[in-house]
Amino acid sequence: MSKQKLILIGNGMAGVRTVEELLKLEPEMYEITIFGAEPHPNYNRIMLSPVLAGEKTIDDIVLNNREWYADNGITLHTGDPVVAIDRISRQVKTASGNTLSYDRLLLATGSNPFIIPVPGHELPGVVGFRDIRDVEMMLESARQYQKAVVIGGGLLGLEAANGLMKNGMDVTVVHLMDILMERQLDKPAAELLKASLAESGMNFLMQAETAEILGDDRVRGVRFKDGSEIEADLVVMAVGIRANTELAQQAGLHCERGVVVNDTLQTFDPRIYAVGECVQHRDSCYGLVAPLFEQAKVCANHLAMLGYGRYEGSVTSTKLKVTGIDLFSAGEFNEEEGDETLVLQDPAQGIYKKLVIWDNRIKGAVMYGDTMDGTWYFQLLREETDISCFRNTILFGQHDLGDAGHGDETRVAMLSDDAEICGCNGVCKGDIVNAISSKGLFTLDEVRAHTKASASCGSCTGLVESLLASTMGEGYAATPSEKAVCACTEHSHDEVIQAIRTAPLKSMRDLFDYLNWKAPDGCSACRPALNYYLLANWPGEYQDDAQSRFINERAHGNIQKDGTYSVVPRMFGGLCTANDLRTIADVADKFEVPEIKVTGGQRIDLFGVKKEQLPAMWKDLTAAGFVSGHAYGKAMRTVKTCAGKTWCRFGTQNSTGLGVQLEELTWGSWMPHKFKLAVSGCPRNCAEATIKDFGVVCVDSGYELHIGGNGGIKVRVTDLLCKVETEAEVLEYCGAFTQLYREEAHYLERTAPWVERVSLSYVKQRILEDEVGRKALFERFQYGQQFAQIDPWRVRAEGAEAHEFKPLHINQMRAVS
Amino acid sequence: MSDWIAIAKLNEIPPMGARKLLTETLEIALFRTGNDEVFALRDRCPHRGGPLSQGIVHSNAVSCPLHNWKIDLQSGEVQGPDDGCVNTYAVKVDEGVVYLNLALAESAA
Repeated sequence: MSKQKLILIGNGMAGVRTVEELLKLEPEMYEITIFGAEPHPNYNRIMLSPVLAGEKTIDDIVLNNREWYADNGITLHTGDPVVAIDRISRQVKTASGNTLSYDRLLLATGSNPFIIPVPGHELPGVVGFRDIRDVEMMLESARQYQKAVVIGGGLLGLEAANGLMKNGMDVTVVHLMDILMERQLDKPAAELLKASLAESGMNFLMQAETAEILGDDRVRGVRFKDGSEIEADLVVMAVGIRANTELAQQAGLHCERGVVVNDTLQTFDPRIYAVGECVQHRDSCYGLVAPLFEQAKVCANHLAMLGYGRYEGSVTSTKLKVTGIDLFSAGEFNEEEGDETLVLQDPAQGIYKKLVIWDNRIKGAVMYGDTMDGTWYFQLLREETDISCFRNTILFGQHDLGDAGHGDETRVAMLSDDAEICGCNGVCKGDIVNAISSKGLFTLDEVRAHTKASASCGSCTGLVESLLASTMGEGYAATPSEKAVCACTEHSHDEVIQAIRTAPLKSMRDLFDYLNWKAPDGCSACRPALNYYLLANWPGEYQDDAQSRFINERAHGNIQKDGTYSVVPRMFGGLCTANDLRTIADVADKFEVPEIKVTGGQRIDLFGVKKEQLPAMWKDLTAAGFVSGHAYGKAMRTVKTCAGKTWCRFGTQNSTGLGVQLEELTWGSWMPHKFKLAVSGCPRNCAEATIKDFGVVCVDSGYELHIGGNGGIKVRVTDLLCKVETEAEVLEYCGAFTQLYREEAHYLERTAPWVERVSLSYVKQRILEDEVGRKALFERFQYGQQFAQIDPWRVRAEGAEAHEFKPLHINQMRAVS
Repeated sequence: MSDWIAIAKLNEIPPMGARKLLTETLEIALFRTGNDEVFALRDRCPHRGGPLSQGIVHSNAVSCPLHNWKIDLQSGEVQGPDDGCVNTYAVKVDEGVVYLNLALAESAA
């Protein structure tokens, strides 16, 4: 079968990105031809400002060199632009007279700078700021002339002005409005920006309307409406862009401000798609790169004929790429009636932060001087996160919530290149920044894959995102809020969970088929997640798949770095007897355990056990009444308790006994992530119940129930769920909360980020306000526990899964066969 | 040929799973994919020496249990942005029996 023909008109970031996404999905489907008007391969247009400022070279910003096109079998025509599209015969015609036919056509013709049509606008020395040619022309002018006027005090204008100033020109920015970057900044932030730029030598003419460009054979000045004039050897028009719809209009495609497309990026001709700045989608045209990449992904999906994926528009954020100036804005940052604003202003340090809030959700943000947390605010904005629980500290930033334990001093922008960002993998700031610019990385996942930064414990994710944002400027495509489970699928965790319940899906094979999984048997990221979801939703029906579990859960011990395992027997509530200790001591002697340690969860850990020894060791332990401590699993781990009322003079309730009951209720249950409990006998809280997933603090009049805490990477103190009066209620609320988390959290999401994601008020509504719902959750939990509370150690000690623990021996088999 | 040694029955290796195989001098990981293909690799990840036989098998690859490096079972090459290579050994399946040939080294690390 001959391949279908795909022609891409426009060799820029949006078009080529679409092709890249398409090649990932269907590398063999199309014979691809790309036409570019510029004589260059695809380069990073948003990096033109640093090129103008002399901070980068053209070579630095090339994204796909010519070998890339050749390696992927793509024919590239540069410098021979398409001049006409014939939709009836499905052909394009180029300037040199060539014609080429297509099955699918992709338009990515970008935009043109808007040149104000005042007299003199065509004089030599008047230029837009759009492509490499414009930059070369500006650099050439800077070598020969002195005075530059930039018309337009927006993002692009200020970046152009900064670049020209860096090249030694005397620059005046002319702006129609009274505040700079009015589409991104409010007045206080714009004033700070203006003051800072003025200090570096930039001149401003505000509220000035251009009437005429003066000059004969080259520009020599600008005259304004009020009659005043200013000298100029170079005039840069940076007042905006217009979608380049010329070809599309000629071909009779429906265009308004841009080529009109639907949510699949299809134009009114079903064979023609369009992406990028030339597009108008739901009445919006975008000039920033992040939305273009979102469009590219969806469009590629449809070109690959997968038929799902919709582009529903983007919320955008902006950064200014002027060295030494930190500025960020996103969303609707000018407050309207009914909005609230949170403002932090420190004129001496040149810091201004404003958040516009409605109904405890961020609508917009403007930041100047300190933009470290821009990415975080933007994420909260897009995900419409309820900020009520950290509203009083939100302006101080994410690190104030205890992010990563990296202190205030590690403000990423100020870090030196040898500062370590990722402590797990030893990756420094310089490595990350280099990888981003030299390998053309755009997303967090790409940085993880290439540098390993934030690929282990993830605590430095925020820092890596900040580095991406500061290195890329507006080009940074923030991690989408609805992330796909892994590269095997487009579906998010929530979509998978929904499908498992409603389809319904009760086996891994059904799930792969129903959701069109791309890899025939998934990967090491998705299989454990899917196995958990199936198990949590269909207890008693779904057959647990050992090969979809990480080794720790398959071998029921924790693999250590030398390949040995550790064994932690369960001690309910942390209680044990002299006989228990004797058994453990005997086992340790018998199996020559090299190290014994008491764990943080009040258990005893036996290290250095060889895998072959595990079943025999478990046999001795289970004979003495021990069950698995599940210290190795995404599972209920431990219930920690304090001294308790029997001994402690401050104790109020039977806290230790309650701890034992809670552990008897919950042991054995699989969870999205590890899950820890604690019961303290009084508000002194010696069992540290307020940094547990579920914590109980006993008081004289009853029990306080706390949820969503953890120690570890990012310490989070629990939220108080409620107070109850009886032990029976504690058990019921605990079971219901646990089940809600088991049913609704994403795999590998602990209760702390889950509670923050769904909000405390949601959990309260489900557990406190809905009594029938709570009882039903508790019942479902108890039902599942019937199947979960079968001790995995005992069954393996009795011979189950023997192959897992017995290696094959080569000599043995030769003798047998 | 006499160099082919019978080492296990196919059904002794779980599908999409692995077994560790010990010789006098070597630790070998024996993998069985979802399509019942069998591969033998040295049981040692080139990254930090993790036992590959304990990893998750998916398509024709295994993810190391220690730091999730992905190794191609066919070539022994590390996939993706990481670099490295694992020794592979010749294996064949005949009538439900898995044979190993240590004389035929398929690649050297």
